[in-house]
Amino acid sequence: MFKKIMTPVDLAHIGDLGKGLQCGVDLARHYNASIIYVGVTSSAPSTTAHNPAEYAEKLAKFAAAQSKKYGIKIEAHATISHDPTTDLDDALLKAVEETGADLVVMTSHLPNLTDYYWPSNGGKVAAHAACTVMVVRG
Amino acid sequence: MADDNNQGIPAPEGAAGVIQTDYEIGQDNVEIKVGPLGIDIHNPVFLISGLTIVAFVFYTLALPEQSSALFSWLRPALTSNFDWFFIGSADFFVIFCLFLIVSPWRKIRLGGADATPDYTYIGWFAMLFAAGMGIGLMFYGVSEPLSHFASSVGGVTSEGGARTDWAPLGAAAGDNATAARLGMAATIFHWGLHPWAIYAIVALALALFSFNKGLPLTIRSAFYPIFGDAVWGWVGHIIDTLAVFATLFGLATSLGFGATQANAGLNELFGMPVGTTSQVVLITVITAIALISVVRGLDGGVKILSEINMGLAALLLVFVLLVGPTMAILTGFADSLLAYFQYLPALSNPIGREDVNFSQGWTAFYWAWWISWSPFVGMFIARVSRGRTVREFIICVLLIPSLVCVLWMSVFGGTAIQQVIQDGYTAVTDAPLELKLFKMLDALPLASITSFIGIILVIVFFVTSSDSGSLVIDTITAGGKVDAPVPQRVFWCIFEGAVAIVLLLGGGLGALQAMVISTGLPFTVVLLLMCWAIVKGLMSEKA
Repeated sequence: MFKKIMTPVDLAHIGDLGKGLQCGVDLARHYNASIIYVGVTSSAPSTTAHNPAEYAEKLAKFAAAQSKKYGIKIEAHATISHDPTTDLDDALLKAVEETGADLVVMTSHLPNLTDYYWPSNGGKVAAHAACTVMVVRG
Repeated sequence: MADDNNQGIPAPEGAAGVIQTDYEIGQDNVEIKVGPLGIDIHNPVFLISGLTIVAFVFYTLALPEQSSALFSWLRPALTSNFDWFFIGSADFFVIFCLFLIVSPWRKIRLGGADATPDYTYIGWFAMLFAAGMGIGLMFYGVSEPLSHFASSVGGVTSEGGARTDWAPLGAAAGDNATAARLGMAATIFHWGLHPWAIYAIVALALALFSFNKGLPLTIRSAFYPIFGDAVWGWVGHIIDTLAVFATLFGLATSLGFGATQANAGLNELFGMPVGTTSQVVLITVITAIALISVVRGLDGGVKILSEINMGLAALLLVFVLLVGPTMAILTGFADSLLAYFQYLPALSNPIGREDVNFSQGWTAFYWAWWISWSPFVGMFIARVSRGRTVREFIICVLLIPSLVCVLWMSVFGGTAIQQVIQDGYTAVTDAPLELKLFKMLDALPLASITSFIGIILVIVFFVTSSDSGSLVIDTITAGGKVDAPVPQRVFWCIFEGAVAIVLLLGGGLGALQAMVISTGLPFTVVLLLMCWAIVKGLMSEKA
């Protein structure tokens, strides 16, 4: 039913993503799909990385580790946003197109992003993405 | 490329020299939940800057006479005693920037050798221009050339061997043509290479240490080569706090004065009553638009407004050029540019000046003013300049804005001077500062439309300074994090409007503006140190 599952990942808050990540893995096994982790970073240095290239590398490393752990294909896709505080939803929507994913599994309420202001990034992505979106309550 | 352990920091895109430091961005931050809101702020910069600002507002309101006496003594004292320092340093910044264009480091790219520009030329230029000096062009584009022209025609007057006139250099008594050239040259001098060199230094230092060296995007990072890891301690806290302080008060006092001026303009055009109620409404409206802009973010708000701003300004410029004395303006443009270069050596001479009123009261004042704005404008320019080479950066931040300013001043100031000399039109000279632009437009066709565009431009220019300022303050007070939660930028934007309203109602705008300009002195030292940091930073880059 699904071939490619996209899962947004916030490298600074991996610990809070447990349920969503697990859910993505379970679905991938069930449908024999591959997973792609999407990370959005700023072009300026952040807590996670000194620059976009380092961020991409960390994301790839995380994806590789997860792939090894669960024995399924997990790729990484890093994307730059000029102002991640406000443009996260748009960056994720763009990533859906770029990656060609047919299912998005995302955790709601990533701490410290815009979630408090716009209660759900998941909501906007679900409303505007062309594919199926599953929002996992974190 | 990088090794596999966590300590190894891979290069930014392509070759660059990342600084190895144990400091982690956000390590001093506190993340708290206030009710339903989450915030992520730097400890202690956020709290100290916020409290210092509140304390200063209280001081000026509680002891108005004392504070205004202190600050109104402080500013002229600084510009008259340190005029040589301001003027000499600004000259040095221009020479330093010009040197970078031809230096072996010119090919170094901000963000690493393979980085691509974050913004197109138009978007980038619109943003740096709108944040940098937009509003001043509206108010001084007509008035400053006229002032210098009038004082030059007036000639030299002296008392007890000291010059009492305000004319630049040796003036041009009774000679309209020479006075007009001198007036244009002096104005362009204040709006051309020097201010943009000041902004370029701060912006280049921050962009270099952030995008290439991997340090947080905050003022203190530029001092890493000088203080080492101590910049993460109190030295850095003080530098960042001072920057927040200068930025917020600079914006708030400009907003307060700007509201007064916009009020006068609206009164002239639509009969809007002049008074504090109207002005508070204006500040609220400007802040509300800025708020929408910051909440929509850098690309969805700030950039779009800056582009609208650029478009409107270009429209007004082309209109005045076409309906005004077109040929006179065009030849005036070339001649103003020529006059600028002709008088540049004498105008930028830091010592032994006879035109003390001009060199201290105008030039040193302007330099202190630009320098006190440089942490804000510089940091904003840095944020949007990733992916440009050093040469591209300096040409676009120094030379092109300078040229645009020459064009703007030639069109607006040149037209006004022509109106005075040829038509004997006096309304423009008699009008108060905030109305000069509108009086000049009055004498041209379609005045009601152009004046309306003028007033919209005044307001939008305020918004584009206010929103980019809020983003800058938010980033500094979040320890260089550009992904801090939205409520923080909302807080700073509203805080800025609130401080402006309080100062407007309670008095003290003038006193605090004088104090902001006084921060120009310590920041001049900061900028000189930054030049050295830039050299050290560039030397360690792999081009």
